[in-house]
Amino acid sequence: MTSYAFHRLLLMIPTLLGVAVLVFIMMRMLPGDIVELKLLAEGGQVDEAALDAERKNLGLDKPMWHQFVDWMVGLVTFDFGKSLWTGRPVVDEIGSRFELSMQVALMATTLAILIAIPLGTLSALFKDTWIDYVIRIFSIAGLAVPSFWLGMLIILALLLNFNWIPPLTYTPIYEDPWRNLSQLIWPAMAVGYRYSAVATRMMRSSILEVLKEDYIRTARAKGVFERLVIARHAMKNAMLPVITVIGLEFGFLIGGLVVTEQVFNLNGLGKLFVETVTRGDFTMVQALVMLIAVIFVLINFVVDLLYGVFDPRVRLGSSR
Amino acid sequence: MSSVVAITYEIPKRQHPVHQFIVQQPLGAAGLVVILVMVFAGVFAKFVAPYDPLQLDYGSMLSPPSAEHLLGTDAFGRDVLSRIIYGARTALLVGFFSSLLGSTVGAVIGVASAYFGGRIDMIIQRLMDILLAFPIIVLALAVVAVLGNFVVGGLDLNLIIAIAIPMVPKVARVVRSSALVICEMPYIDAARVAGYSNIRIMARHIIPNVTAPYLIMFTAFVAQAILLEASLSFLGLGVAEPTAAWGLMLAGSSAEFYREAPWMIICPGLAISLAVFAFNLFGDSLRDWLDPKIKV
Repeated sequence: MTSYAFHRLLLMIPTLLGVAVLVFIMMRMLPGDIVELKLLAEGGQVDEAALDAERKNLGLDKPMWHQFVDWMVGLVTFDFGKSLWTGRPVVDEIGSRFELSMQVALMATTLAILIAIPLGTLSALFKDTWIDYVIRIFSIAGLAVPSFWLGMLIILALLLNFNWIPPLTYTPIYEDPWRNLSQLIWPAMAVGYRYSAVATRMMRSSILEVLKEDYIRTARAKGVFERLVIARHAMKNAMLPVITVIGLEFGFLIGGLVVTEQVFNLNGLGKLFVETVTRGDFTMVQALVMLIAVIFVLINFVVDLLYGVFDPRVRLGSSR
Repeated sequence: MSSVVAITYEIPKRQHPVHQFIVQQPLGAAGLVVILVMVFAGVFAKFVAPYDPLQLDYGSMLSPPSAEHLLGTDAFGRDVLSRIIYGARTALLVGFFSSLLGSTVGAVIGVASAYFGGRIDMIIQRLMDILLAFPIIVLALAVVAVLGNFVVGGLDLNLIIAIAIPMVPKVARVVRSSALVICEMPYIDAARVAGYSNIRIMARHIIPNVTAPYLIMFTAFVAQAILLEASLSFLGLGVAEPTAAWGLMLAGSSAEFYREAPWMIICPGLAISLAVFAFNLFGDSLRDWLDPKIKV
């Protein structure tokens, strides 16, 4: 187990390195010169000398490979550099927004799990009845509705009924938890619906699969209460693919936040990402992409380890 | 001895596959009908749409749905229904071509990866892992930003590429696992013994046998492409004004008129949802019909 975990952790390095190379090259190919744009925006004198000075200041006068090595060394030593645009350290820029986006993402995940597990199970147990049909239509619709539009509809409904508009600034949870939750529950719902739909569908098909297994028949034959058969034997075994899908979708959830944050005027990672990409602020974009890639890779890792916890038959490490 | 009983045996009539699909997958057929209606509306938008989608009419800005404008007008007095009908054209073209590109490239990579195996397979799989670690929208955003706009015949080719790239690793994975099974078949060995080239074996013996996963992935990704196009256009990085696109109709000024003109928000979103819903329904049924084991 430990050696397997270690091996998997090592395998992440080439993937992350690849992501780093890719984003580094992509950002250098961006049209437009950030230095020039920045100087123009600041209203300063734009001539060759000023441009060169600013480039030197930002470390952009060094050869490409040198910049890359600098960045890599920075990543390893947790020095992510400064935003090309604002000049503030990347960590400061990302910090509070990361907190906000993560909170919404975690709330959406919780919502999705709370919806998916009971609904998926019900749908499977009442297969081909109206309960099943209603749940299935609910979940297929969840895949079709764009999260940003759902967000707009939620705002519209709140506006017409309670005269609520998205606040300009969000209250941090440690200041006023109730207020914070009542503000963030709506974006969490908007992005969580699709998430719950994916998980519900997986839960349904997974339960249906498990119910065909011999051990379910054995459990029923030895007289275990049906409720226990479902809860202990079926649901526990059916969780495995659901966990996988929840883990995999978490990365896409962050992607979904990119658009939904615009709708709710949430100053999170997604909004920051759109802003920095359009500005060509590559130290920021690089850091954001790496952050998201690390989250994605780590979640995959945790999901793999959870396999062993939920299903002892999965022997980690022997498959190599 | 008992008498000989005449055995009457009726040869079952062979049904046309389309007929079979409709009978076995009514929901999928319903999805297909919606898709066909959209294709019709998109192709004949000029005749179906009551107004020119670009025509400004400052006399009737933000007018609510009426007999004249069935779904109302937007902040520039443009007819919302006409813009939705023309938007179907944009959504379908971008959805179709990006899914075609993404699925085809993915399928070729998947087949090659499975056929050559070993080191090549390992390298390709690592590359696909890298692409997978990029969240879809982040990747598309970056590609759009890097490539800029490159419009040919009213279609933004770079937008299509940006939407297609994130599909490649997913299709490659699924097709690879199907192709791995095919590669073990005796007829592949036979083809090798016969001295056929690698290209020929892949093109003539493997690719025809992975058509089912290819088609399934293709339809599923049309739906995802429509969603992604809407998201990108909404962010201002996809289709540009004044072209009619559903995501674009939800962006910008429409968000300022929540109270005054809710139809501007409700209608285009419904169009996106209905289109994606129809493709998902059809795609799901197609999967159940062709190969239920494939997970998209």
